[in-house]
Amino acid sequence: MKRLGKIYTWLIMGFLYIPIFVLIVYSFNESKSRSVFTGFTFKWYKELFSNRLILSSLGNTLLIALISSVLSTILGTAAAIGIQAMNKKARSVIMNITYLPIIDPEIVTGVSLMLLFVYLRTHLHIPLEMGLITLSLAHITFNVPYVILNVIPKLRQLDQSVYEAALDLGCNPTQAFAKVVIPEIMPGIISGFLMAFTYSLDDFIISYFVSGPTSQTLPVTIYSMTRKKVSPEINALSTIIFIVVLAVLVMINLYDARQTKKKQARISQSF
Amino acid sequence: MNRKLRAVMTAAIAAGIAAAPLPSVSALEVPDPGYYDALKGQNISLNVYNWGEYISDGSEGSVDVNAEFEKLTGIKVNYTTFATNEELYAKLQSGAVNYDIIIPSDYMIARMIREGLVQKLDLSQIPALSNIDPDYMNAAFDPTGEYSVPYTWGTVGIIYNTTKITEPVDSWEILWDEKYKGDILMFSNPRDALMIAEKKLGYSMNTSDENEIRAAFEELKAQKPLVQSYVMDEIFDKMGSGEAAVAPYYAGDAITMIDDNPDLAFVSPKEGTNTFIDSICIPADAANVQAAHMYINFLCEPEVAAANIEAIGYSTPNTAAFALLDEETQNSPISYPSQEIMDKAETFLVLPDETNALIDQLWTSLLSTSASADEKKEQGGGFSPVWIVLIVALGVLLVLVGKKKKQKTDAAGVPEEEEEEEEEYEDDEEDNNQDDDVK
Repeated sequence: MKRLGKIYTWLIMGFLYIPIFVLIVYSFNESKSRSVFTGFTFKWYKELFSNRLILSSLGNTLLIALISSVLSTILGTAAAIGIQAMNKKARSVIMNITYLPIIDPEIVTGVSLMLLFVYLRTHLHIPLEMGLITLSLAHITFNVPYVILNVIPKLRQLDQSVYEAALDLGCNPTQAFAKVVIPEIMPGIISGFLMAFTYSLDDFIISYFVSGPTSQTLPVTIYSMTRKKVSPEINALSTIIFIVVLAVLVMINLYDARQTKKKQARISQSF
Repeated sequence: MNRKLRAVMTAAIAAGIAAAPLPSVSALEVPDPGYYDALKGQNISLNVYNWGEYISDGSEGSVDVNAEFEKLTGIKVNYTTFATNEELYAKLQSGAVNYDIIIPSDYMIARMIREGLVQKLDLSQIPALSNIDPDYMNAAFDPTGEYSVPYTWGTVGIIYNTTKITEPVDSWEILWDEKYKGDILMFSNPRDALMIAEKKLGYSMNTSDENEIRAAFEELKAQKPLVQSYVMDEIFDKMGSGEAAVAPYYAGDAITMIDDNPDLAFVSPKEGTNTFIDSICIPADAANVQAAHMYINFLCEPEVAAANIEAIGYSTPNTAAFALLDEETQNSPISYPSQEIMDKAETFLVLPDETNALIDQLWTSLLSTSASADEKKEQGGGFSPVWIVLIVALGVLLVLVGKKKKQKTDAAGVPEEEEEEEEEYEDDEEDNNQDDDVK
């Protein structure tokens, strides 16, 4: 029975990772084909670093992901704390509104945001060019709900008496908040941040509608290659991103494991 | 990862970074560099919106045309890309962005002229226009030639695998041949797909006759069970690996496919086909009109056009650039077909709005209904998947409601359990206290 469980796990892992593995293998392919492997070469990696369009799209994507996830984490955390303090009725209304950007089809969100920006520019004469600013605003809009949804469970788990104890022990409310509440909900904030970052990196439809002549994001660039042939430089780029993310995750896990070991060592010492 | 692999990866990435700042090997020569000095030092940026992979961008040893333009004129190029004409049209019409240069296809240019989305060009600012073959000027979509300058052209034809299809191929009928069921690919955009069906029935590809259009869609519906899939760029892999036997596509891309897989061949069908022309236009609300004219002129320079065409693979309307191509390309019947084929070819024109709406509606219904669903309907009432989903949802809902009701009746018994737990806890505390006394 245990072996069946293991086989099943490996099958699921395979289903998830074999496509990525194929992608990585074909980034070393001599020809542009994605089905016939003709020879081993590093040339697509070399080409990638001199391809202006792909590099600038990557830069735009990373910059917007960073800006929008940081800002939406701040906004979302503040919102979550405010929502937690509301009475039940107000809370359920606000939570339903929070769910709206998640449930909304992305095309609806994208088109409506684009129309909003056009309206602001033409009728209210706000000098808003389609570019980094509009993209960031759009990404913050659909990221904030995810942050709120990640932080609220942590807030619910938080014991109100811990905050009151901090006040009793001499903190003013700001110090109590910063030194007691924030560290307690930090796991929720971090997972909200990572989720926002991922959604922003990944986003195609909304970026497609609000990007401008200086701020094309990577998914839009890749999509525009589909009349001719998507170049293996994209395979090379995807491989690099995959390896970077994998390395970061491995390092975080190793660090966590070492921290846990240290804690256990300290605990067993005190006995 | 082990040391060796890490060393290899570091070397690769270092090589990539080292290669990055090196300029492209060949600079482009223009006959009159003085013309390009007019806007130097004014910090102008040009917004260019072009198809994906539709310019020589410095990859694989080619010239980076945009970088060369920036060096020559001091004008910065903001280069972004799109995948379809309709995407370009939507972006332009929304008024969201100001582009200075766009490169649409024939029928889209006609539509934009009609709707006032592109402006008239000042041809005196484009002296290099003389390099363009007059045959491609004043085409039906831009009769006065004042709104567009040709960039590339090409034809659509049939690419087939000679090992899988041994009989001679000369007609669109091969895409409906039962023998090759499951090995046939088709265009996944409505205009190109409809063109093939219309040509097979002998109609014009620009017909707005509702009966003819419906008849063509009936052909496409009949073809659907034989089609492996509706594709655009997936076609390169499917034909290259031999996964499919026959497909329609653009001539320049056929050459790329044949290079990768010599078993493939290209033919222009006898019923006639479509010639497309992609041309450069300046949108009506462009901000930097003089710089835009300069860019158009640059793209018409012989060396620049030749570099672009070599990178793109389609055919050039620029006679001076044609002279710079290698002999094999110049003589290729695929890239530059015979006059006979060109005579039978039509270019797309813009269709009236009602026709476009009809085509959209029929195309959507073609892609969404499966062939077997049609058969079921004929038998009298198929069981739509929507009903199945609704019934499953209803079942899940009933189970959930039933569970909640069960929880409510159980709740009456909970307080008793809590009391038992408290008693156990007290016993444990007493045990702990005894231990302490012993110590």
